[in-house]
Amino acid sequence: MTDAAINAGAAPREQGPRPQLSAAEARLKKRYRSEMWFKAQGIAAIVVAMIFLVVLVGRIVAQGYTTFETHSISVPVYLNPDRIDRTALDGVNYDYIVAEAVMKKLNIQDDDLGTTSGKVMDLVSRDLGFQLLDKIKADPSVIGKTIEVTGPVKADADLYFKGEIKRSTAEEDRKLDNQQLAWLDQLEKDGTVKGGFNVGFFTKSDSTEPEQAGVLGAVVGSALMLVITALIAVPVGVLAAVYLEEFAPKNRWTDVIEVNINNLAAVPSIVYGLLGLALFINWLHVPRSSPLVGGLVLALMALPTVIIATRSALKAVPPSIREAALGVGASRAQTVFHHVLPLAMPGVMTGAILSLAHALGETAPLLMIGMVSFVPGVPEGFTGASTVLPVQVFIWENASERAFHERTAAAILVLLVFMIVMNAAAVILRRRFERRW
Amino acid sequence: MLTWLSLLFLALFALAAFLLGRGRALKAAGGASVRLHSLPNYYGAYAALWAGAPAALLLLLGAVFGGRIEEAVLQAERPAAIASLTPDRQDVFFSDARAIAAKESPSEVVYEGALKTALDAKVAESAKITATVRYSTIALAALVALIGALLALPRVGLEFRARNRVEGWINGLLIACSVAAVLTTLGIVLSLVWESWRFFQSVNPLAFLFGTEWSPQIAMRADQVASSGAFGAVPLFAGTFLIMLIAMLVAAPVGLYSAIYLSEYADRRVRSVVKPLLEVLAGVPTVVYGFFAALTVGPLFRAFFNAIGEGMAGGPLDGIAQYLMQVQNQMALVAGVVMGIMLIPFVSSLSDDIINAVPQSLRDGSYAMGATKSETVKKVILPAALPGIMAAMLLAVSRAVGETMIVTMAAGLQAKLTANPLDTVTTVTVQIVTLLTGDQEFDSPKTLSAFGLGLTLFVVTLALNIIALRIVQKYREQYD
Amino acid sequence: MTVTNPNALALVQGHAMPTQNRDASVAAPVIHTAVPQGHGTVETREFKIRARDVNVFYGEKQALFDVALDIPAKSVTAFIGPSGCGKSTFLRCINRMNDTIPSARVQGSIEIDGADVNAKSVDPVVLRSRVGMVFQKPNPFPKTIFENVAYGPKIHGLATRKDELESIVESSLKKAGLWNEVADRLHQPGTGLSGGQQQRLVIARAIAVSPEVILMDEPCSALDPIATAKIEELIDELRSQFCIVIVTHSMAQAARVSQKTAFFHLGKLVESGPTEEMFTNPRDSRTQDYITGRFG
Repeated sequence: MTDAAINAGAAPREQGPRPQLSAAEARLKKRYRSEMWFKAQGIAAIVVAMIFLVVLVGRIVAQGYTTFETHSISVPVYLNPDRIDRTALDGVNYDYIVAEAVMKKLNIQDDDLGTTSGKVMDLVSRDLGFQLLDKIKADPSVIGKTIEVTGPVKADADLYFKGEIKRSTAEEDRKLDNQQLAWLDQLEKDGTVKGGFNVGFFTKSDSTEPEQAGVLGAVVGSALMLVITALIAVPVGVLAAVYLEEFAPKNRWTDVIEVNINNLAAVPSIVYGLLGLALFINWLHVPRSSPLVGGLVLALMALPTVIIATRSALKAVPPSIREAALGVGASRAQTVFHHVLPLAMPGVMTGAILSLAHALGETAPLLMIGMVSFVPGVPEGFTGASTVLPVQVFIWENASERAFHERTAAAILVLLVFMIVMNAAAVILRRRFERRW
Repeated sequence: MLTWLSLLFLALFALAAFLLGRGRALKAAGGASVRLHSLPNYYGAYAALWAGAPAALLLLLGAVFGGRIEEAVLQAERPAAIASLTPDRQDVFFSDARAIAAKESPSEVVYEGALKTALDAKVAESAKITATVRYSTIALAALVALIGALLALPRVGLEFRARNRVEGWINGLLIACSVAAVLTTLGIVLSLVWESWRFFQSVNPLAFLFGTEWSPQIAMRADQVASSGAFGAVPLFAGTFLIMLIAMLVAAPVGLYSAIYLSEYADRRVRSVVKPLLEVLAGVPTVVYGFFAALTVGPLFRAFFNAIGEGMAGGPLDGIAQYLMQVQNQMALVAGVVMGIMLIPFVSSLSDDIINAVPQSLRDGSYAMGATKSETVKKVILPAALPGIMAAMLLAVSRAVGETMIVTMAAGLQAKLTANPLDTVTTVTVQIVTLLTGDQEFDSPKTLSAFGLGLTLFVVTLALNIIALRIVQKYREQYD
Repeated sequence: MTVTNPNALALVQGHAMPTQNRDASVAAPVIHTAVPQGHGTVETREFKIRARDVNVFYGEKQALFDVALDIPAKSVTAFIGPSGCGKSTFLRCINRMNDTIPSARVQGSIEIDGADVNAKSVDPVVLRSRVGMVFQKPNPFPKTIFENVAYGPKIHGLATRKDELESIVESSLKKAGLWNEVADRLHQPGTGLSGGQQQRLVIARAIAVSPEVILMDEPCSALDPIATAKIEELIDELRSQFCIVIVTHSMAQAARVSQKTAFFHLGKLVESGPTEEMFTNPRDSRTQDYITGRFG
């Protein structure tokens, strides 16, 4: 074995036949080649995963950021008393009144069949009409006067301004014809139509009209639901973990419970939805689609993960703390609640926040309990019909209007922001307060 | 509203009991609290618990079950006009009566004549019943609270071991919380089994598990038997399996290799950047993946295959080309690939834990023999970690099988028995969602079949999880 | 005990005798320890390993200070010293196992047959096929006994055919004194053996690649006395073929097993020399104190 030199590259010694030297060298080179190849595969895997992440987030940002700008139109509207029946305010065609005002701005007249006004109405959101109704109801004396109203343009018009509807497409394939596009250009030129930040996206709730749709209702619904989830899952989970870790005798029953909890953590979320449907809605008649039932279902889902996280936080506290407390004469309960649990708190809180962040993004079980219905406003309390952010995303994704695509992506961005905030909070908590024993 | 008020009063009552109890204890000790067995607050807590807890429990039960009780009482008596309706219509009738009495919006059914009179009568009755039930619950709770306080307060004395009693209550609370986990499992099993049982009354379980045609139809008329629909779930199982397979083909190598690189090769800086990014990928909600699949990956793949088809058209493989040109967005490949992306961080982090659990002494032994890193990983570490990695893969499979949103948004609704990844398939979870969202009559076999599917899903994922756990436990001994 | 060895006599009188390295061009280095190096044992032997100016740092903390030592071939050299004195660290320098610790930095020269192991051109992978290691806690791979021993020859390409492999495995197990006990169960897991058997298996695994040097880091500390005795017997047999360096916390073991002993303390090599001398007539007071049990 003294034939080959220790260092493959150094000046070879005189001993030893040459062929054996190069065979060993060749073998070594082959081994190093396979080492490089193996390492490259590892790097490739990581790069692939990172590329997926970038593409995923990038696409969603690209599809969604256009939502945050929207175009609105401001017109002075003459509230023609001839058209407004004071005794039946709700039945008045406010859209036509608004269209009249817009046509005035465009210096065009309506034709006998009303097709022109119809085409103009296609450009302006019905929201302006609703605003008129509200104003008249509040102060009937405005009838006969001219008031200024501002509201969004209709979704397709907005898409034109954003470049999604192009003149280059054939007219038959477009939603807006050339004349409508010409009108839009004119309105933009004279300043009637302006672009601006889409505040409505954050202050309005779901709507059938894309330009009036916003995430407020969904955000409030999510918040209410998370409150219920937190109020149930965190105390019950922490207390259960405390019992299992600190008090329970180590016998078959506690083993069964532990296996049980581990299995529950891996049950698909849709099964929890089925449980919620059968138990809470059908048996206990909890109101469908309410934050209450949603919170209950997600609390059951989050319970096992809170228990597991709390248990490992408790396990991390060294036994010497417990022994010290017991040595001073504290009871088991006092040891746990005065010493162990406070020391484990950072870990417990981190686990709880992460479980809640996960619950925030859950969709499938909530579909089961009926949250897929259309909810136009902000939920009234815990028992009113509501929707949550991920379900809102799901509903909008199914919508056929193109304008909803960008809104869906924007809603996802809102959801992701919330989740990032929660995850970051959990990480910061962990970094700042966790002790290393 | 009433419930909140009564809870508030109860809380105040309990507070009063607390103060009374504590005061009594201090008095008994003549002001020197050292003479007491426990701290004064424990005596107060003891009294407060007896005063407040049973009554609160009663109020809670009343809030949860009160509705059911009221319904039962209301429906006990059914005059002729109501009894002549079909059972479904009767249910609607009674829920309308309750809704009107509660000043909520009833259904859109219009009642006339005898039914209308009956409805008004039932509305009045419902209002009465609701009031009776609510007030009697509150009265009962008040009584219980009073009795509790009266029983507890006299016991307070110098030698009374208040702390032990209070800790007994705490112990009970803790046990109740732990039992909640068991109750959840019980609830899942019971509800799934119960509803599936009702499903299997109409549909033969063997036909369900082994039938190859899935077209769940409900009867058009209430008296038709549902045998016109086919509930063979095999195409669903096949679809689930196909998508799961594609997902694992993406996730397993990428996840495993990235875990190997991160734990064996990467330095601390790389690890500190990549691991959080992987956690970000893991934290993205599945509905986002579904959106990504439906609006980005689907069209992309379709365009890709269509283009290949167009390129091949007219040539020798024209048959395939024609097929490729008409593949849809919702191919199994799309859902599978995106699900695989979702699973990458899951597989990676599990594998990372398992690889790190392999003792350093084995690595040292291999390096000391003059092995390269890749040889050590391939021949020593991976074989040692193999059981754990297999368990991790099984858990990932379980996740893939139970995943809902990605497939709902990206896969289709056609139940097809196929192994072709470019086909549109549907899965068990998609069908559960489809069957239960939309118009439902809850008792029809169509909606009950969702529970049958749910039970199957639960059993399969449970089996996978248990097997994974067993594998890990069995092979953990090999290190010791 | 009177010194009968003329070389040893010269040692006492302070002359450095000419060494008999193969490569005579290596000049006798400047020696930093207080005591001149010994020649080895009674019979004149060549030095297999020469270390000079070895300093090792773990991050900011220095673990070894200017260690210089010569280790003779085909004999057993023991490193002794209290816990944390750096003997294991120095041992691991010889086969560059400290490379696997990210914060470790090694300075100085350690030459095996005249070639510095830390030179840039030296491949640790090849180095470790020539310098084997046995660890404190037996660490057989979770594979069969056969595969444990066959691992080294396989990755280094020492056996290309199955029968070659089998004969290497058999001869290694025989040399390690384990063959008779395991011949009938070669395909059972190595982890199923007793502690002493596992350690012998690990030694067989190290021998299978025909190294020149075998390093042993407290190989018997996890074993019972009977197994320890067997291992010590084995070491004694092996020293006719290999250069063996053994770290031990048991002075009695060092006395039983080694021909040369080096005493480390607080990261410095205090003294080294023939085992007999070290234990009966040490020069340094620290050595004296350690050996007599004043500290440890």
